Amino acid sequence: MKRINFDPYLPIVGVVGLIVLWYVAVWCRVVDPILLPSPTDTFAALYKGMDGGRLGFDFWRTVERTTLATLIAAVIAIPLGIVLGSSERLYRSLEFVIDFFRSTPASAMFPLFLVLFGVGDATKISVAAFGAALVILFNVAYGVMNARKTRLLAARVMGASRLRVLTDVMLLESLPATFVGLRNGVSLALVIIVVAEMFIGSTDGLGHRVFEAQQLFRMADMYAAIFAAGALGYGLNLLFLLIERKFVHWSGK
Amino acid sequence: MRTGTGGVSVVAPSVAPAASPHVTIRGLAKRFGGAVVYDKFDLDIPRGKLISVFGPNGCGKSTLINMIAGLIPPDGGEVLFDGKPLHAIKFGYVFQNYREALFPWLRSIDNIEYPLKLMKLPKAERRARTERLIVNLGVKIDLNRYPYELSGGQQQLVSIMRALVVEPEILFLDEPFSALDYEMTLFMREQLQRVFVETGTTTVLVSHDLEEAVYLADRILLLSRGPAQIADYVSYDAVRPRTDATLSESEFVKIKAHCLEVFQREVRKG
Repeated sequence: MKRINFDPYLPIVGVVGLIVLWYVAVWCRVVDPILLPSPTDTFAALYKGMDGGRLGFDFWRTVERTTLATLIAAVIAIPLGIVLGSSERLYRSLEFVIDFFRSTPASAMFPLFLVLFGVGDATKISVAAFGAALVILFNVAYGVMNARKTRLLAARVMGASRLRVLTDVMLLESLPATFVGLRNGVSLALVIIVVAEMFIGSTDGLGHRVFEAQQLFRMADMYAAIFAAGALGYGLNLLFLLIERKFVHWSGK
Repeated sequence: MRTGTGGVSVVAPSVAPAASPHVTIRGLAKRFGGAVVYDKFDLDIPRGKLISVFGPNGCGKSTLINMIAGLIPPDGGEVLFDGKPLHAIKFGYVFQNYREALFPWLRSIDNIEYPLKLMKLPKAERRARTERLIVNLGVKIDLNRYPYELSGGQQQLVSIMRALVVEPEILFLDEPFSALDYEMTLFMREQLQRVFVETGTTTVLVSHDLEEAVYLADRILLLSRGPAQIADYVSYDAVRPRTDATLSESEFVKIKAHCLEVFQREVRKG
């Protein structure tokens, strides 16, 4: 008798388990039904909201802001990271400053950016870009600095100029670390954007949707918006992972 | 400089171009921190021969070929190839760590062609040269694969091909087989011997395996400990291709025994 291999289906176990637990909690009235709507109501709200509803609009506003913030961060941080990483002395001189601001909660910068950019999208996007840029910068610089010495030497021995070593070896060597930076960066950007949408004079975005639903006590809508935000975060991470697998096929090998 | 052992010819074949040394090293000096690794070191490397470098741990075997190949700058002295400096000649270098020496983002064939790309040869010419090398060496690996898809021995073979594709005047190998298992090491020795027989390129091989050092070499350079001096520079001229049978021939056994004796004398000196 051939045994069926259930291993590929294992990730579903947790999801099903969580939903079952949720139903049980609702049926047994463990939590006030006003605070915890049933999964059916929540998913109905999610479907209705995403299918041409207000939630779908807010979802795409958040996608827009997060993408823009990450893009700006990447465009600034990747070239800068390469420059810093290719000169270890330069990096050591700036390491403390970078580490310090990387460790500073980006949300603490909101008031400053509000003064600089006013109440609007520019502030949200620039704070998110600021946070993401430092994460990306740090990873790119380390990726370049940790380029395998043998590989650089091999290129030099074959007669590669300093510029060729940079473009043919260092850049490619730093790609796996760059993708780590991009994935962490986009996650951070999403966190900052969602927080900003909640509090900083917003009229749209997932953060705004969660906050508004809570204020109006529409709990099913609130949970739906939270799930939408979760799916977005997971999806962005997965997207970068897939891009990485395609373009950095040698990573970890 | 002591050369040769009883019964072993030390006279180089009297073919004209082989008469003058290919590489002349004079007054080479190198120190790491306080330790003098090389001082007033002289060496001639004959043309078209395979030289094995063997000696106690830490005596500076790799340092020697790295200085000759320009990977480490010497503190003093000069290395000339037919009277020319390093940058005027073409040479190949094979690293011990093939995993880190090959470019994993390039297919094996593009790894081999990379030095030709640096020489700005057109694509057709690059492909033609590589094809010629593949045929000459009888390589049967699928070179469209990425290096990490190949076995260790195959990867090192790709590195060796990358070093050979420029048609170097001299080939350096730094313990090229020491990261491979025994079976693969034996196979790669034959590959290297074939490369040498086919191309006749002057080759300098650093080895930590005495049997390998003697088996592959025309001359075995035995080094002493710091500062490194030539303890002996033994000739071994058994016909090629050498085979497993060579390993039990009396001349091989005698030379290996002699090298071991010199080696142990140097080790004991500490």
